[in-house]
Amino acid sequence: MIIVVNGNSIDVPQDCKITSLLESLDMDTRHVAVELNREIVPREEHPERALASDDQLEIVTLVGGG
Amino acid sequence: MTLPSQTTDRAAATDQQDLLTIGSFTLSSRLIVGSGRYQNAAMMRDSLQASGSDCVTVAVRRERLHDPDGENLLDYIDPDRYTLLPNTAGCYSPEDAVRVARLGREILRSLGNPGADWVKLEVLADPRTLLPDPLGTLQATSQLAEDGFQVLCYSNDDPVIARQLKAAGATAVMPAGSPIGSGQGILNPNNIRICLEYLKQDDPDYPVIVDAGVGTASDVAEAMELGVDGVLLNTAIAHARDPVAMATAMQHAIQAGRLAYLAGRIPRRAYATASSPEDGVIATHPFPRK
Repeated sequence: MIIVVNGNSIDVPQDCKITSLLESLDMDTRHVAVELNREIVPREEHPERALASDDQLEIVTLVGGG
Repeated sequence: MTLPSQTTDRAAATDQQDLLTIGSFTLSSRLIVGSGRYQNAAMMRDSLQASGSDCVTVAVRRERLHDPDGENLLDYIDPDRYTLLPNTAGCYSPEDAVRVARLGREILRSLGNPGADWVKLEVLADPRTLLPDPLGTLQATSQLAEDGFQVLCYSNDDPVIARQLKAAGATAVMPAGSPIGSGQGILNPNNIRICLEYLKQDDPDYPVIVDAGVGTASDVAEAMELGVDGVLLNTAIAHARDPVAMATAMQHAIQAGRLAYLAGRIPRRAYATASSPEDGVIATHPFPRK
């Protein structure tokens, strides 16, 4: 199924969980926050939270700033 | 660095005890430094250390996809050592700022960093000046304060909006000295003075921080001498020819300005007052004695 992550359409397996998505994208789960369809999903819920087709995700981290 | 021992402010003026309290946060340095615009991450790490600051601002941005070798900022900023202050830089609407603030809080919660509870709110008006949108800032302040954030508001140096931000629930107001990254220093010290008067009236401990516009160390000292509680800066260190040396200069400037403020400057006078006694001068004095 296709989901949109940070503006990019990507193909993931049915019933893909947030944690497995982060792993497949080589992201360090400790350093990111995940917003699913405009709602923040707390880190504790990542292992269980399943994604659905056309889900919109924003995955953000900290960068240098003033 | 010593003051006459009879001054009651002396204890407050020594480096270790003169803490900066902002809401529930206590910082040992009155300098808050940004982590952006450094040539490389190692230079940033060394500069942060040289600045003596224990609070570092960070921005929230999209993570790169498929970049296993990509470095993370947190490889260079120890979240156990620094209190992180996430910002909403790049937001031009209160809605976006609130959204970014919540995402920043979520990352800092995962890290176990105390900075999860606060935010440096920026709601910008346009990319050329990066001046704050006062109405958008006000709206986002109310919403974030309701949401449990301690909001540190990047603001214009206008005393009227500063007072409104405080009334809307801002934990601290942070008037700009001059536009972000412009290096022009404190363009309107009189406005900063009035901001201080308005915000600290009946509430002397209310934190007022000069945020943005610093070009060099004397700008920091000037801000502190006006009586602000701290200074937040980034580019002045990151883009100096020698960032580590400039960071050291900023640390000294914070201390110099703070001590000078506590010590109390002499009034400005139009005419001279002699430091040496007039009595007993052996030279001819062509003017009538006072």
